[in-house]
Amino acid sequence: MNPALFDLVVAVARIAVMLAFCLTLVVVFTWVERKGAAYIQDRRGPNRAAIFGIRAWGLFHPMADALKFLFKEDFIPDRAHRLFYQIAPMFALAPVIMTIAVIPFGPDVTLFGRRIALQIADLNVGILYIFAVSGMTVYGVVLAGWSSGSKYPLLGGLRSSAQMLSYEVSMGLSLMGIFMVFQSVRLSQIVAAQGGLLFGVLPKWGVFVQPLGFVLFLVAQYAEANRTPFDLPEGESELVAGYHTEYGSFKFSMFMMAEYFHMVVGAAILSTLFFGGWQFPYLGDTGFLFPGGAGFALPPALVFLLRIGSFVGKVVFFAWLYVWVRWTIPRFRYDQVMRLGWKMMLPLSLANLFATGLILLLPGR
Amino acid sequence: MEALFFILFGAIAVGGAVMVVTRRHPMVSALYLILTLFAVAALFVLRHAHFLAAIQVIIYAGAVVVLFIFVIMLINVPESRLPVERATIVRVAGVIAAGLLILESAVLARRFAMPKAPVSGVGTVEAVGRALFTDYLLAFEVTSVLLLAAVIGAIALSNKKL
Repeated sequence: MNPALFDLVVAVARIAVMLAFCLTLVVVFTWVERKGAAYIQDRRGPNRAAIFGIRAWGLFHPMADALKFLFKEDFIPDRAHRLFYQIAPMFALAPVIMTIAVIPFGPDVTLFGRRIALQIADLNVGILYIFAVSGMTVYGVVLAGWSSGSKYPLLGGLRSSAQMLSYEVSMGLSLMGIFMVFQSVRLSQIVAAQGGLLFGVLPKWGVFVQPLGFVLFLVAQYAEANRTPFDLPEGESELVAGYHTEYGSFKFSMFMMAEYFHMVVGAAILSTLFFGGWQFPYLGDTGFLFPGGAGFALPPALVFLLRIGSFVGKVVFFAWLYVWVRWTIPRFRYDQVMRLGWKMMLPLSLANLFATGLILLLPGR
Repeated sequence: MEALFFILFGAIAVGGAVMVVTRRHPMVSALYLILTLFAVAALFVLRHAHFLAAIQVIIYAGAVVVLFIFVIMLINVPESRLPVERATIVRVAGVIAAGLLILESAVLARRFAMPKAPVSGVGTVEAVGRALFTDYLLAFEVTSVLLLAAVIGAIALSNKKL
């Protein structure tokens, strides 16, 4: 095959696979969220949507939702700024989708004698690209709040911009330890470095070498995604629905999609940086090798499938963790959010950075 | 190919900058500023300065302009009460100055050759980090002290009880 054509096909295929994976999870998780909420609150949850009498535990509910949103009247409030009101949902959704570009979803594969990395783009700046792009999502929320021409969305937008800026600082600092330990900001290299063993027993995953960094990053991620306990920008008991109070029909559904996409991407980043990405514990290129010398060989195809499955499993688990936390932990008060961000997270992440640097510089390493 | 992208993103950057200063509504200006910053980041990428491009977007487009918008939202002047600027002597002077600037850059551009092909490997995270923390360590630290002074100054000015 023509090499240029081959490259093009591979590039498109990688984008299609990753996008399809994330979008499927987004759709499934709008359902999982409601079922999970019902399960945690001892209810049944959505179970009415059916096709030809088949209910499948309400799995068709997202489809019914999408149709409902599509067929509703596309409404613009009288006092809204027309242009900004329309582009705000796009600003919210587009950057989140762009972040999937640097997440490696599997090991390198060899196809027609060519080595192909299962990652849309292996950028030199790696995680910085994710920070840069996901920093744009704040404009969606802020513009939505401001352009709606109403008090509650404005307050929601203001809250969200202050919150996102505050937590971006500790989010960046909490990851510095990971970069120092694995000596790279490239996600492919970070995942590759997590294949080894720590003290000969534990897999060398980020969570084991940077436990405090993991906790800080997890909290910052929840704050960035505006999810409970940090969903102050849309706190319904105070602000009706926050920045998307005035939105309806498909524009509202774009905000919803952005939120669930944020969850899925956040889960993928967490598993990539702290849980070895596609690495399966004790699984080498040729088979299992447990600490102590025991092990057995596996065919390469099975190794590949186990690794992809490992990545998918981790992403699904961490996306579920978002749901679990949302329906378990109550919302903070706004001053508590700010105090936590600046007076706890920031000093702790600086201390973590300092301690990591000290340990790395210890003689005899 | 690269020249094509350079012209494209350069035109977006300049066009966006013109829109920033000519739009009446401050929110529109702020959004055009984001566009300009992104176009400049793209120009950095064309020169293989990947780290600089990422930092440009994170700091300027992701944080500084958010603060601008924050202020615009808090002041929230209704559209009917936005000031209308009339053509004054200042505007005429501005046009003359812009013309002189264009003339000057044209003269300068004739003197210097087109930019050389970008050198890969100097704009990466590793290379910039190494340069910052070895050759330019003193300048780096002095700058950080300067920024710290600015932070403390801002707090001291805004908090009279301190």
